[in-house]
Amino acid sequence: MALLEVRNLKKYFATQKAVDDISFNVEKGSIFGLLGPNGAGKTTLIRMITGIFYPDEGQITFDGKKFDPVNDVLHIGYMPEERGLYKKMKIGEQATYLAQLKGLSKKEAINKIKEWFIKFEMQSWWTKKVEDLSKGMSQKLQFVTTVLHEPKLIILDEPFSGLDPVNSNLIKDEIYKLAQRGSTIIFSTHRMEQVEEICDHIVLINKGQKILDGSVKGVKNQFKENLFSIGFEQLPANLNGNPPFEMVGTRDHAFIVKIKEGNKPNDVLNYFLQQRSEIISFNEILPSLNDIFIKLVEGTPLTRQFQAITA
Amino acid sequence: MNKIWLVIKREYLTRVRNKTFLLSTFLFPIIIVAFIVGSTLLAIKSKNKVRIAVVNDPGFFQKNLESDSSSVIFEYPTDVNSSNYESKGYTGLLKVNTDTAAEKYVIESKKSLNIETMSYVERQMKKAIEYNILQQNNIERRILDSISTVSEKAAQITNQLETGKEVNNKLPYIIGFGCGIIIYITMFIFGAMVMRGVMEEKTSRIAEVIVSSVKPFQLMMGKIIGIAGVGLTQLLLWIVFLIVLVNIIPLFISAENLQQFQQAQEAQQQLPGGSNNTVAFEMLKATNTLVNDVNWTLIIICFLFYFLGGYLFYASLFAAVGSVVNEDPQEAQSLMLPIMMPIVFGFIILSTSIENPDSPMAFWGSMIPFTSPIVMMGRIAKGVPEVVPWWQLFLSMALLILGFIFTTWLAGKIYRTGILLYGKKASWKEMIKWVRRS
Repeated sequence: MALLEVRNLKKYFATQKAVDDISFNVEKGSIFGLLGPNGAGKTTLIRMITGIFYPDEGQITFDGKKFDPVNDVLHIGYMPEERGLYKKMKIGEQATYLAQLKGLSKKEAINKIKEWFIKFEMQSWWTKKVEDLSKGMSQKLQFVTTVLHEPKLIILDEPFSGLDPVNSNLIKDEIYKLAQRGSTIIFSTHRMEQVEEICDHIVLINKGQKILDGSVKGVKNQFKENLFSIGFEQLPANLNGNPPFEMVGTRDHAFIVKIKEGNKPNDVLNYFLQQRSEIISFNEILPSLNDIFIKLVEGTPLTRQFQAITA
Repeated sequence: MNKIWLVIKREYLTRVRNKTFLLSTFLFPIIIVAFIVGSTLLAIKSKNKVRIAVVNDPGFFQKNLESDSSSVIFEYPTDVNSSNYESKGYTGLLKVNTDTAAEKYVIESKKSLNIETMSYVERQMKKAIEYNILQQNNIERRILDSISTVSEKAAQITNQLETGKEVNNKLPYIIGFGCGIIIYITMFIFGAMVMRGVMEEKTSRIAEVIVSSVKPFQLMMGKIIGIAGVGLTQLLLWIVFLIVLVNIIPLFISAENLQQFQQAQEAQQQLPGGSNNTVAFEMLKATNTLVNDVNWTLIIICFLFYFLGGYLFYASLFAAVGSVVNEDPQEAQSLMLPIMMPIVFGFIILSTSIENPDSPMAFWGSMIPFTSPIVMMGRIAKGVPEVVPWWQLFLSMALLILGFIFTTWLAGKIYRTGILLYGKKASWKEMIKWVRRS
């Protein structure tokens, strides 16, 4: 069942079609990747989902009902890319304040904050001010304040920027745990290796439009180029007859080959077996999301041009 | 509603607990009182004695020139001339020229004498010459003195109104001007505070985090109301503190000093244009006579109303400006100018309308919400309904309420877009577009 359904969403600004007719579903309990180059319209899209902007057209369905910004935002945790905290406010008070704004009572808020602070070893921070924290530390605090009220939907925009690998892993683990406990997570980033690692499902948008939608595995299959890597004890000296593949390159003790139209991987194996070559490995090369991303986005102008919108 | 209350609470508490708040709350009245006391003491102390030697006395000067033991002393030595008066300890030399072509009376001095001394000498000489002429016409000085006492008494005007109330003309002036100035200053202080608060939220990038749980309008109103609370708290503390100080000060100023000062004041009031310290003095004196002449309940209610109304009218505009600028404070300055102009203009109208509360300028200034909080206070103090009819007061109040509803609505639209816009300053043209679009 989808926690969030976005249908034909549009938002036009004076000089840009920021979001131009985008639809997708986010399944409950999944980790959803919202990808796109800079200026693709991700932030605008997220701002509509978090009730900050009203869409010009289209509907958002949240948890089976029409999205109601006033009440539903209590069940959403949003960590924007442009994020910050009140510099002069004490950390404990600040976290309490933000939690109260999400509908928690003061007592509840304080208890939950204490739990999280223990989990992240931040107990001693309570009376410190944000200006005393390093960037990574305030990032952790930000994460805590985002997920504190146990939202149904958590939206994280570039959550790992500025974090070292140790803290990155700490937060990554928490994201998994939250998803296991039933929270749905929308994860927006340009870091494709993280997306491959974390996300179940992705949507790629470019210039305000959706250009890709599917599971990580499905997308990779969709973009595979029938490339295989075949490892040999000793590389065959020459290729006789009519091989069912084209050579793409060699790498150490392996050929990279592209299977010809109409042939199967087994045909390739048969060919080499007949050649009496010692095969030690055979695997498919799937494109990385990074490659797919670049392939899809490349060729379109990298920066969006301003255009006059008559709407 | 619950959320807006949380925002108000945060805005209020973080500011009230701030050290600068405590500092300004206690320092401001001390500085004001110190200024008043200091300037009065200075007025007393700065009177240094001037000795003037009179030569070539035509005969009537010695008889008629009165020395003032504390400031100007006339002496009539015989062995003094232009070259040696200084070495004999005189500040100036008053000569009477017998040569008719030249100026008849001349004071020579090394340093230029101050205006007060000059005018004192002039007055004394005028009197002496008058007496001399009278005497030549066989009128005795005694008669003239009695005439002038009678005429002075007769000329003391009390402005008795139909209602039978006597109006003390100075006190309303001071109250009106004082209230106007306080509203003028606090509008700047707390307006700027709202603006800085909004800028802080924008530059620290917390705005987007907050508006994902609170509507931008709630955030803006929470801030404005919270800071209004800070303003009222501070005002209240100032009033309490001032009352305490005013009651304590007489303990520090000796009776002798106070008396001396009163004399100085009286002398000064006779001078044209020399009433610089009168306001300060009246304020000291006023504490004794305050209570009866003025309708305090009305003034306090009106003051609170116009303070809040004026603040609300401008605060949302300041918030809008804060929301469109980025880190650079200079951007804020150029955008603030159109907002500050009417406030300053209001102050200028106040200073003219306080003399002339019935003029068309005063009337319109007290009706248009841009200036009414400042100007109306100056007029109200002069008397309701004698000077300001009730309908004018209510119309002005109603217009102010409509005014701040309008500015808040307008600012809310600009704020909503501006607070999430990073990287560039919006022009006025763009802001108008935001208002139209949404």
